[in-house]
Amino acid sequence: MSALPRAHELGLIGCHVCGLVCRDAPVPDAACPRCGSPLHRRKTASCARTWALLIAAFILYIPANVLPIMRTASLGDVDDNTILSGVVELWVKGSPDLAVIVFTASILVPLTKFLVLATLLVSAHRGSAWARLQRARLYRLVEFIGYWSMLDVFVVALLTALVQFGVFSLVAPLPGVIFFGLTVVLTMLASMSFDPRLIWDGRSDDD
Amino acid sequence: MRGMSVPSHAGAAERAEVPAPLLICEHCDTVYRRRPLARGETARCARCGALLERHHGLGPGTMLALVLTALVVFVEANAWPIVTLGLNGEQVSTTLWGMITFMWKQDAQVVSVLAAGTLFFFPLAKILLLGWVLLFARAGRRAPGFRPVMVALHYLHPWTMSEVFVLGVLVSIVKAHLYFDVVPDPGVFAYAVLVVLITVFAGIDLRRLWELVPERPA
Ligand SMILES: [Zn+2]
Ligand SMILES: [Zn+2]
Repeated sequence: MSALPRAHELGLIGCHVCGLVCRDAPVPDAACPRCGSPLHRRKTASCARTWALLIAAFILYIPANVLPIMRTASLGDVDDNTILSGVVELWVKGSPDLAVIVFTASILVPLTKFLVLATLLVSAHRGSAWARLQRARLYRLVEFIGYWSMLDVFVVALLTALVQFGVFSLVAPLPGVIFFGLTVVLTMLASMSFDPRLIWDGRSDDD
Repeated sequence: MRGMSVPSHAGAAERAEVPAPLLICEHCDTVYRRRPLARGETARCARCGALLERHHGLGPGTMLALVLTALVVFVEANAWPIVTLGLNGEQVSTTLWGMITFMWKQDAQVVSVLAAGTLFFFPLAKILLLGWVLLFARAGRRAPGFRPVMVALHYLHPWTMSEVFVLGVLVSIVKAHLYFDVVPDPGVFAYAVLVVLITVFAGIDLRRLWELVPERPA
């Protein structure tokens, strides 16, 4: 592995915030001389934090899908929409293209994040050498697509503010949308706390 | 443990910096020797494929112009109504803040706070802080508070969601179109322009700004 040396082999450490290359001094609480952030080889307690956030996100994801996210009422006709029924409605009555986009952002992306992060955590914990390049790519994908899941939350918020025609037509947010918003934030925090460097480490070291 | 780090903490930190032009891949910790990049060239990690560095043609002056344009467009996007709905001759329109305050009143405070942060405060902070740094960088100087501002920009980066909101407006228009007359207002166009600008300066490598204005001994 001399062709592509890794930081710890050369006694170096890269600042996680500003990228400055520093000497890995055996000093506790070492700080980056350029930006002042604490220097560490790997994100602190990366696996434990990522698991905790991921599990919390998954717990909230259940009510986010089961509970309705939006109520539409028109002339006494009340209709409660879940995320999935919103997609179906868009598919049937609106435009199938957008239904696919909303389905991807609201259902496919969160599920992909759960699956990918759990796979990454398990394989990193084992120090597995299996499909490292593919795992690294999956991590970057998850990081890149994560925040698009907020789409449905913004749609509910905007429709609620717009559809205010008294008895003729009303839209109101329902608790599902709150759970869903929190799920998105937690999955984002989970992918941020995972350290992709662990994919390339022989065995899991978490300092 | 603490005893070790006591003597001249600043001196120890000074020596920690490595003088050789090295670069460490953020995603896998592989160390590279930096080389100058040609126009439009990007350097990728040979181990994990992550982007290491890209060439930047934009000087601080151009970047500042972009950021100031984004600020103007941001103000417009927030001041102007986004969409108007019509039903039986009655019309309702809203701005971003109209939406945020309305969600608060509808007992969806969490959504209200999320929207206020990711669509207003964080993007605004990003534009202002970047503008502040670039204003001084143009004159070859470090802005007051350069260090905390740069660290704040690093942490703000993933939490701005204007581009998601634009897609959300599009979806809302299509959904509302089934039952109402929908008129897109100037705000949504300002948002579309803002997203283009944000995409352009999302390419600005913050790490390059650290090098652009080197620290001067006081
Ligand atoms: Zn640093
Ligand atoms: Zn790499």
